[in-house]
Amino acid sequence: MAQIELNGQQLEVQDNQMLIQVADAAGVYIPRFCYHEKLSVSANCRMCLVEVEGAPKPLPACATPVTDGMKVKTRSAIARDAQQGTMEFLLINHPLDCPICDQGGECPLQDQAVSYGKDNSRYHEEKRAVSSPDIGPLVATAMTRCIHCTRCVRFGEELAGIMEMGAAGRGDHTSIGTYLGETIESELSGNMIDLCPVGALTSKPSRFSARSWELLSHNSIAPHDCLGSNLKVQTLRNKVIRVLSSENERINECWLSDRDRFSFEAISGNDRLMTPMVREQGRWRSVDWHGALEFAVEGLRRVIAKQGAESIGALISASSTLEEAYLCQKLIRGLGSHNVDHRLQQQDFRDDQLDQPPPGLGRSIASLESVKAALLVGSNIRKEQPLLGLRLRKAVLGGAEVASISALDYAFNFSLRFNQMDAPSAMPKKLAEVAAAVAKAKGVAVPEPVEQLLDSNGISGEADEIAEMLLKGGQDGAVILGFGALSHPRAATLKMLAHWISELTGASFGLLDRGNSAGATLAGSLPLHQQSESNPAGLNAKEMVREKLAGYLLFGVEPELDSLEQSAAQEAMVKADFVISINPYSSAGREYADVILPSAAFTETSGTHLNCEHQLQSFEGAVEPPGDARPGWKILRVMANMLDIDGFDFISSEEVLEEVKAGDRGTTGAQLPDWELIAGDKPRVIQDQRLESVNEISPYRLDSTLRRAESLQITRDNQLSKVSMSSPEMERLGIEENRAVVISGIGGRVSLPIISDQRVPAGCIHIPLATEEGQVLGGSSFVTLEID
Amino acid sequence: MLSSESLAKIDLEIGNYPAEHKEAAVMAALRIVQEEQGWLSGETIRDIATYLEIPPIRAYEVATFYSMYELEETGRHRIEVCTNISCMLRGSDGVVSHIEERLGIKVGETTADGRYTLREVECLGACVGAPMMQVGNGYYEKLTTESIDAILDGLE
Repeated sequence: MAQIELNGQQLEVQDNQMLIQVADAAGVYIPRFCYHEKLSVSANCRMCLVEVEGAPKPLPACATPVTDGMKVKTRSAIARDAQQGTMEFLLINHPLDCPICDQGGECPLQDQAVSYGKDNSRYHEEKRAVSSPDIGPLVATAMTRCIHCTRCVRFGEELAGIMEMGAAGRGDHTSIGTYLGETIESELSGNMIDLCPVGALTSKPSRFSARSWELLSHNSIAPHDCLGSNLKVQTLRNKVIRVLSSENERINECWLSDRDRFSFEAISGNDRLMTPMVREQGRWRSVDWHGALEFAVEGLRRVIAKQGAESIGALISASSTLEEAYLCQKLIRGLGSHNVDHRLQQQDFRDDQLDQPPPGLGRSIASLESVKAALLVGSNIRKEQPLLGLRLRKAVLGGAEVASISALDYAFNFSLRFNQMDAPSAMPKKLAEVAAAVAKAKGVAVPEPVEQLLDSNGISGEADEIAEMLLKGGQDGAVILGFGALSHPRAATLKMLAHWISELTGASFGLLDRGNSAGATLAGSLPLHQQSESNPAGLNAKEMVREKLAGYLLFGVEPELDSLEQSAAQEAMVKADFVISINPYSSAGREYADVILPSAAFTETSGTHLNCEHQLQSFEGAVEPPGDARPGWKILRVMANMLDIDGFDFISSEEVLEEVKAGDRGTTGAQLPDWELIAGDKPRVIQDQRLESVNEISPYRLDSTLRRAESLQITRDNQLSKVSMSSPEMERLGIEENRAVVISGIGGRVSLPIISDQRVPAGCIHIPLATEEGQVLGGSSFVTLEID
Repeated sequence: MLSSESLAKIDLEIGNYPAEHKEAAVMAALRIVQEEQGWLSGETIRDIATYLEIPPIRAYEVATFYSMYELEETGRHRIEVCTNISCMLRGSDGVVSHIEERLGIKVGETTADGRYTLREVECLGACVGAPMMQVGNGYYEKLTTESIDAILDGLE
């Protein structure tokens, strides 16, 4: 502890703090540009100069540690003079083009020039001008405005883990930019916009559309990953202009992923459906709500009368709110069907009968940054859950060791100690080796089904080392499964092995699914939810598209893109007698739906998301839905009323939430692993001739909203959405880069260009899901190439 | 692509620093490659960065900070005439104009055949021999029209 005097006020403060931290805590504001509490101290802007008694010159508060007996004055003549001098120099080369700058009105440089600068300028010479490179579709640059605080540089280097911005040149020739004007590819690049204290980096999708003082700010929750990042949705005249992060140390700190920041573009875009539409004799017609709902209800009744209630199925988007998912499954069950699911890209449902808790991280989000050991199974945590990736990166920088078992060589922003990258069919074996190694070390018998997965070579040395790493980590260990595991043909096996490993080592067990999957699970949007005699099991998402039902209720999904087996889903929709599509977009479902009901996007409805910490976060709508669009829960409620289904008298989404909470029986304890269920698993069989397919979904094609967010679609990350193979494999097969090759998969034959991608293991081909390209091939375990 | 000779020299430099600080050799690596290739192209800087396991922008920051790294292609011979105070008092203006006339280029330019680049530089610390110039790594002092001609004639 140290005793200091700050502007005459006596303070008892912790040692090892910088003056600026102490002042912030005491509510004394010191101006700053380069200092940021989440970044390293660089002390280059000199704006935070203060007077310290006994020091010969003013000292930068951000880089001056407190010492006992220190007397600091932040507004004395000396401090004020130093600050004014700094400001005068900063403004020498600043263009002062505030009227045409998007930062105007919320600009620290503008604010501090008024509060801490001189009232006029003595500079009459020429100002410098700096060219502004195009660094991608998300961040706009105007580098003449840059004051070289290097916050963006330090963010990339220290937080995001890839240094993409840098300071080239020196003196008054310094300029901040990317290497030779390359575009930035960080999944967190939008944070640089927030960090930039001037108008040098601004948001490309939302610039020039509003002044900050005109905007209304609404709190909301991000729908695209399992964190439920806290948002500030900012609107002007009932239109979302931009989305910013709302600080929450427990969840997203002050950061936001680009996905959550820029997905609003779809919502404010042109592809919104304004009125309900029905198709009669093959022609689309706008109708009023009453007409549309009557049409929908009649259609459902017709299907039920002809083929029974079980011939209807509901597919629900994992980005839906808890309330929407709940009402949707309740409506379907009210009709007498049990076919309801939100897991459109899962293909192994063998463990469905187990009573499992909603997917989650298995530990608090914040605690992920203090783990000592982590095992990632099919998880590209950096792109799938960017802010969890950030936490894990911090853990690695603090000395944690990470092992990855996956089917793609993901470009992580932290170093891996063990990288067990191999074909998808090898993943169960690799994980079983680790499980057996852990069991061996603990002196636990290895169950027969696990034994069966091992081949004659037994346990590899690396598996032993991974086991040792996890055992050493103990409770500070984390086992995390991602999309590559959940969409794996043997997902249940991977889950059970991973769960067993976590049980034996004491590590947390995490299943990181997309969006509000946890909420949808809690809401019962599963075919086996609270199964009983009166509530028998229904069909899961895969069965629903394979069995070609007579009627579908689509809530926020486009099955031809969202399903793993895209072609089967497309066929099922086209063949169905009656399809109701409830979604916000005009182009969704046009090809096969009979009625499209315009629903509200996530910024337009109240609702709740359950995040990976199993925390319920409710939010209100920020804007009214456009045209006649209505919140999803209201549409479902009225539809249920018209179908005479009981228990739909909700007058608010809160009431729905109350009912979900009241009906939640919890889980009867972890039922994993149940080895019986995977007893049939065989060790890997190497297939000749055919290529094994590796499924991946671009982080920007996860749901119908993201697919319509134009700027995200043209980022570099999204460009990886191509059929690809490793270049040695292409050479072996004699395929030239970008040459079209006929590929046959589960949905037929298709001719597609193949590009090289070093991430793909030998003998494999990478199939991008949720794309037109992936449509024929999605869901294939193996494909055959026809090469002449 | 970096030549194996350059890589061998870079490895020697890397050896001067702790194994986990390969990036410490960045300045030496840039110099070594420039000596071989004459200048540092964007691709070259990227290759050096990749070899030292640092982001390309990090190497670029260093390359742009120091003025003796050449980021643009220059003539085979870089003629750098000091025009700082001592040399100026001893007639560096005449040196510059003579070379300009002889080569048919202005300060800052390169001859069409790619042989010479002419530049003005600040004090090179050889005031005792003013006026002076540097060609490549060599200093030439007490310049006269004749000696300049002789020096230029001697360059291949």
